[in-house]
Amino acid sequence: MLVSYKWLQDYVDLEGVSPDDLADKITNAGIEVEHVTYPGEGLKGLVIGQIESCTSHPQAEKLRLCNVNLGSETVQIVCGAPNVAAGQKVIVATVGARIGGNKKIKRAKLRGEESNGMICSLDELGVKSDLVPKEYADGIYVFDDDVPVGADALPYLNLDDVILDLDILINSAHCMNMIGVAHEVAAILDRPVRMPHPEVPETDEAAADRVNVTLAAAEKVPYYGARMIEGIKVGPSPRWMQLRLMAAGIRPISNVVDIANYVMLEYGQPLHTFDFDAFGSNRVLVRTARQGENIQTLDGQERTLSSEDIVITNGREPSAIAGVMGGTRSEVSGETKKVLLEAAVFDPISIRKTAQRLQLRTDASSRYEKGLDRNRVSSAADRAAELMARYAGGRILKGIVEQGEREVPERVITMPWRKINQVLGASLSQEDIKATLERLGFTVAAEEETIRVTVPSRRFDVSIPEDLVEEVGRIYGYNNLPATLPEGTSVHAALTPYQKIRRRTEQLMESAGLFQAYTYSLTTGEKATALTVKDSDPKPTKVVWPMSEEHAALRQSIIPQLIDVVKYHMNRQMPDVRLYEIGKVFLTKEGCARPEEEEHLAGVLTGRISERGWEGEPEAVDFFTVKGILEELSASLAVADRVAYTSAERDGLQPGQTADILLDGEIIGYLGALHPQLQKDAGLNKTYVFEVAIESLLKQDQPDITYRSLPRFPSTTRDMALVVDRSLPASDLYRVIRKTGAPLLDSVKLFDVYEGEHVSENEKSLAFSLIYLDPERTLTDDEVSAVHERIIKACKKQFGARLRG
Amino acid sequence: MLKDKLLDLREEALKSIQSADSVKNLRDIHVHYLGKKGPITEVLKGMGKLAKEERPVIGQLANQIRESIGTRIEDKKKTLEKKMLEERIKSEAIDVTLPGRKRAMGGHHLLASVIRDIEDLFIGLGFSVVEGPEVEEDYYNFEALNLPKNHPARDMQDSFYITDEILMRTHTSPMQARTMEKHKGKGPVKIICPGKVYRRDTDDATHSHQFMQIEGLCVDKNVRLSDLKGVLTVFAKHVFGAEREIRLRPSYFPFTEPSVEMDISCFKCGGHGCSVCKGTGWIEILGSGMVHPNVLRMSGFDPSVYTGFAFGMGPERIAMLKYGIDDIRQFYNDDMRFLKQFKRA
Ligand SMILES: [Zn+2]
Repeated sequence: MLVSYKWLQDYVDLEGVSPDDLADKITNAGIEVEHVTYPGEGLKGLVIGQIESCTSHPQAEKLRLCNVNLGSETVQIVCGAPNVAAGQKVIVATVGARIGGNKKIKRAKLRGEESNGMICSLDELGVKSDLVPKEYADGIYVFDDDVPVGADALPYLNLDDVILDLDILINSAHCMNMIGVAHEVAAILDRPVRMPHPEVPETDEAAADRVNVTLAAAEKVPYYGARMIEGIKVGPSPRWMQLRLMAAGIRPISNVVDIANYVMLEYGQPLHTFDFDAFGSNRVLVRTARQGENIQTLDGQERTLSSEDIVITNGREPSAIAGVMGGTRSEVSGETKKVLLEAAVFDPISIRKTAQRLQLRTDASSRYEKGLDRNRVSSAADRAAELMARYAGGRILKGIVEQGEREVPERVITMPWRKINQVLGASLSQEDIKATLERLGFTVAAEEETIRVTVPSRRFDVSIPEDLVEEVGRIYGYNNLPATLPEGTSVHAALTPYQKIRRRTEQLMESAGLFQAYTYSLTTGEKATALTVKDSDPKPTKVVWPMSEEHAALRQSIIPQLIDVVKYHMNRQMPDVRLYEIGKVFLTKEGCARPEEEEHLAGVLTGRISERGWEGEPEAVDFFTVKGILEELSASLAVADRVAYTSAERDGLQPGQTADILLDGEIIGYLGALHPQLQKDAGLNKTYVFEVAIESLLKQDQPDITYRSLPRFPSTTRDMALVVDRSLPASDLYRVIRKTGAPLLDSVKLFDVYEGEHVSENEKSLAFSLIYLDPERTLTDDEVSAVHERIIKACKKQFGARLRG
Repeated sequence: MLKDKLLDLREEALKSIQSADSVKNLRDIHVHYLGKKGPITEVLKGMGKLAKEERPVIGQLANQIRESIGTRIEDKKKTLEKKMLEERIKSEAIDVTLPGRKRAMGGHHLLASVIRDIEDLFIGLGFSVVEGPEVEEDYYNFEALNLPKNHPARDMQDSFYITDEILMRTHTSPMQARTMEKHKGKGPVKIICPGKVYRRDTDDATHSHQFMQIEGLCVDKNVRLSDLKGVLTVFAKHVFGAEREIRLRPSYFPFTEPSVEMDISCFKCGGHGCSVCKGTGWIEILGSGMVHPNVLRMSGFDPSVYTGFAFGMGPERIAMLKYGIDDIRQFYNDDMRFLKQFKRA
């Protein structure tokens, strides 16, 4: 909402309050003033001049020689505007003046004739050209009334004004008009408001004899009122009105249209004017539109309506989309003689839906949507009628032809006094509270415990006690409140076990050399279902109205996103990338619109894990780098014994370098190298990835840590190298060794894998180091040998293993 | 005669000890002169031929010589060992200015660090951290927060809908409603809710269709706006420095009444006005307010018994302000050069 500082003074005394001060005060009281603009900034040396004579330039057909009276002197100015004529009062930029764009005016010779200044158009003064009234759009501006020759032109053009741009939110819609702003400012400054009191010179003829109103959509139209104005002479509106409209961002059109707009700005009540002769009947029928019904709106567009819209009709065809825009058929034109003036109240939700569907937001619709002073509708009609009589020669027929309730009772809020201080944490006296509310225009009836507050109808945003708390608080000033801490019950607060373990997991990933990443949950439909841990559902969850195909579907795996990050780095010559992400994936559930959300841990590693240094060759990432990290993870989560890795084949991963990760026999993740083909296509080096449904891991109950006292007896270490079939998974041997060695076998570690000389082609040798320990005594050699032999025998029996000689 | 032989032997032995250049050398000398078959023993074998009174004299001399050779060998050994150690130390000297062996270390994402810091602060103030679904029901995302279907403020949050009733959450406030519902009308409820949220925005330097949010909620008997002010002051000083001051401005959010916007005094210029604060001395940080009675009521709390405050902030905005990051997309590009800079944030 653009608020003219000058115009505002019609209603409130702003003496001693500069525009910037005022802006600060309004902001601190709750409506943010986004900008303060000085439209006349930089303009200088502009005076009102009168053209005494205007003759053609001897050398140039399109130029005219004007003798212009500037009050103190008369000078010759060469002017090329098509509308220049003798007798006009115009804006003259004198020699030395500065006009819009910081342009300086110099004495000049134009085709041999001296020009002592320039006669200006409004755009030349920096006025936006789409706001300049049509009659001056292609030429100079002409004052149409009594202005003093020789005077500074700026005040007469309101270019000495200051414009405050108020950011109106839903709760400040009562300030979408000058009277509303005036009330707000008056409350802030604690000064009175001067309201306009329209006086309507009505004729004896009754409007009701000319027209009648029927509401066929009463639930969406609480009130409809119409005034009849005859004998209209359409022409330009007065300069002061044009200037105020322009300051508010509305282009002046004609007196009739301008008055309707002006009153909307002043009262907040949208008005509509119909050319009554073109309207085509004496019956106004307000009804819901028929599905598919058409109307051409004032912007020249053909609009197709739906049964949710409200239309104003002449009983047959629509003349306006109620509350949004009028139709061209009954548009006010230069020939208009009779005007039907509409002042109505429409249902905000209906208007909002219509404006949204037609993508037609107008000054009227946005006011209807956000709400308006329900009880101001007839005074707005009166104000418009008054101005039509004064500035458009209209005869106002007697009475308002209306349907519905013209006024509704004012709202009363009853609440305990102490609630205000209680909620604010303040200690205001009852007198202060009462005075503050009265400043805002509320009527306050004080009782012992309670307060009864009557809310003026213009404050349709105030309906509950909490609204009054806010009203008192914002005028009192939140910055005057003390800063306290909640005094209530103290509660235990700590991270949940899950959150704690997740943090530890992050730490573990980071100390393993991985950086934490965040990628987008929304991706392409194709990527959404690639490289998923469990069988992917080919139909990912999709948003109905995506911004782009890039972010249209919810990911079922994090890896495709991380691969994109690796590509990003490859494109920038950064071949070493180590990243992990913990985030949600969204698994489609049959027959359920809402996907199941599961937190996953995913990682991607490529290139070197150590930097190339003087002390040795850098270490490249390989499968076992990644597996080691995951083993650390399961150890830290105390599930190492329950986790198994099995060789697997998965789309997108390299066969033979891919493993499923199982927890208690159930797949919870995978790790592996990206498929060489995929790597090549994407321009990647050897890249390893892993993804684990970590939520299932982290949600496992963490077993308590049980302390084992340190061994008091020595342990015995024995090694064994077993030759087995090359395809035998090491994990099988591990299992048998552990099982057979219990309970004296304390730990077992694989320390060598050998293939080659002395071992046949389809065999391999695995060397284990076994530690035997009894916490209660020292083991004898014989005891250890017995268990060791038993293990070797078991491996022989199960896998045909033999000791390597 | 014998005496001369012994003295010669001593002379000879001391000479060879003198010229020994290794411990092994010395050991050989020891064996040679002092061993059971050594020359001294040999000499002593000839003692039988000596006069009776001469024998103890020669015996004593022989013992003296043995002892002195032994001592000399020991002394020489120590000298040699010391020398060897010195040589070894010298040979093992390294250039200590060469760089150390690097262990690969990753690091936290800046957003995670900002969120963690705020989580820890609020845990200290008695708030628990709750998380919830990113795909939400319209009810929890809007309706339970006093945003009924046709509320005009729904325009402010253009959302990614999946069906008419299901959408990507546009804020983490749904967790307010969900948590209050769980408490079945009984306070206190003190929570913060960090997490990802989604809005229909075109990604550019200042907009992201996905970003983080931290919501806070405190509902109890007698929670006051001044408590909100106190908690936000603690927050502002913790995150932006002890000298920060806060300012509350009235604002509008459908889920709070009264609603306030919190500004902090500019940390760059201290409040005199600069480019960070656009000349105002203040920087807008977050929105907050007293929980709207409709929100309390809808989640089963009696607004005549309970009041509460709520606030919502953007970790991206906080990080951008704090570190002068000018493009929100950096948080989601995951450029290692970016990530590395904030390892210790
Ligand atoms: Zn600053």
